[in-house]
Amino acid sequence: MSKYIQLITEPVFKKNPIGYHILGICSALAVTSKLETSLVMSLAVIFVLSLSNTAVSLIRKHIPPSIRIIVEMTIIASLVIIADQIIKAFAYDISKQLSVYVGLIITNCIIMGRAEAFALQNPPLASFLDGIGNGLGYTFILLSVGFFRELLGAGTLLGYTVLPTISKGGWYTPNGLFLIPASGFFLIGIIVWILRTIAPPPDAE
Amino acid sequence: MTNDSTKKTLGVALGVCLVCSFLVSLTAVGLNKRQQENIKAGIISNILTAAGLPQDYPDRIGFYENNIRPVVLDLTDMSVVSAESSGVDVQSFNVQSVLADRDLTVTIPPAEDIASISIKPRHMVVYHVYMDSLFEKLILPVYGKGLWSTLYGFITLERDITTVGGITFYQHGETPGLGGEIDNRDWRASWKGKQAFDSGGSLILRVIKGQVSPSDPAYTHTVNGLTGATLTTRGVDATVRYWLGPDGYGPYLDKLRGKPAYE
Repeated sequence: MSKYIQLITEPVFKKNPIGYHILGICSALAVTSKLETSLVMSLAVIFVLSLSNTAVSLIRKHIPPSIRIIVEMTIIASLVIIADQIIKAFAYDISKQLSVYVGLIITNCIIMGRAEAFALQNPPLASFLDGIGNGLGYTFILLSVGFFRELLGAGTLLGYTVLPTISKGGWYTPNGLFLIPASGFFLIGIIVWILRTIAPPPDAE
Repeated sequence: MTNDSTKKTLGVALGVCLVCSFLVSLTAVGLNKRQQENIKAGIISNILTAAGLPQDYPDRIGFYENNIRPVVLDLTDMSVVSAESSGVDVQSFNVQSVLADRDLTVTIPPAEDIASISIKPRHMVVYHVYMDSLFEKLILPVYGKGLWSTLYGFITLERDITTVGGITFYQHGETPGLGGEIDNRDWRASWKGKQAFDSGGSLILRVIKGQVSPSDPAYTHTVNGLTGATLTTRGVDATVRYWLGPDGYGPYLDKLRGKPAYE
């Protein structure tokens, strides 16, 4: 039992896919200007990652080596399309803001990375939990970055005013830097720094 | 049978494809109706925003159905055509999807193409807003290149077909905080009341870099550009000048104003 719990908790902080493996950074820069888009994007990644891990694990003993990567990509791509369709049907406004980035989950290295590194060697339940865990790790980073970008860039959180901006008659001058993707880089850099200071990876000096 | 035999490889490939395509089709078909409704509601919401209806207006769909009449324009000769003869589905008309279909567009000669858009729809749907069965506003779809992206939006003219009622962009990919400020409510409000045409019917509306002082005679037909977004500002200026000008809706607007067409 504790092994299963560890599968979920370890990738959130200690072996975070972004902080520890430095995977999946591209989307973490693109969709984090607001907390809401960060959240929906994270849910989509958890959905795709847990199910792709499960599916790959289910057929892991039958995948021919010559087409291994293609089979994984087909499964991942199908799940991404399904996630995209669901978001378009149930969260239309957010789907417009996320635009191509949901589709680009296909190229998110975390998904392929977990299929290759974990699901191919482990049974379905463990793979499913590994997917959830790594998805939550991704979520943790995205929400942290989204939190600071929306708060400092627009003075709001989930659209609600926290720091009233001057343009709305308040006192806060929004920092425009936080609205452009470069700020995501800085924030992720800081988070990686903190995570690696608390729990240095074994190969670090 | 080993996993890398040809038979097994083909079998697994086929199986994976079948299962995946079944699931994808199931979702796509199952959710299609809901997605279409979302898109339609999105279009209506954009038009109502352009009409100046508040977001919290209780019965937005009802207002749309009762007060807004779509009119199909043939952009090649600026004549009003019936929805049936043009084959346009007025209720779900969307500039972007029309532009994606080569058969539904016409090429803009480079000399006329100040908004850098190269093509325009053969048929465009414009919207007449009626209040108590009196013509109140005209909503015109516009689009043009900004800095990074094409800006899609609406410009609204008041009853006199001269005064600007408002402008709204429902899709763009400009830099948030800079060019993205075309969404800014205060900036959009600064368009209201500007005079788009002079008494002779010539287009005089401009968006300039910098500020125009209220004491300047040009104030009545000049909109301040966005700070730090010179290229987006230029794009908006070109978009408005193209679509309200003689190669855009100009001749149609003249007709509505009861004036002779451009010579």
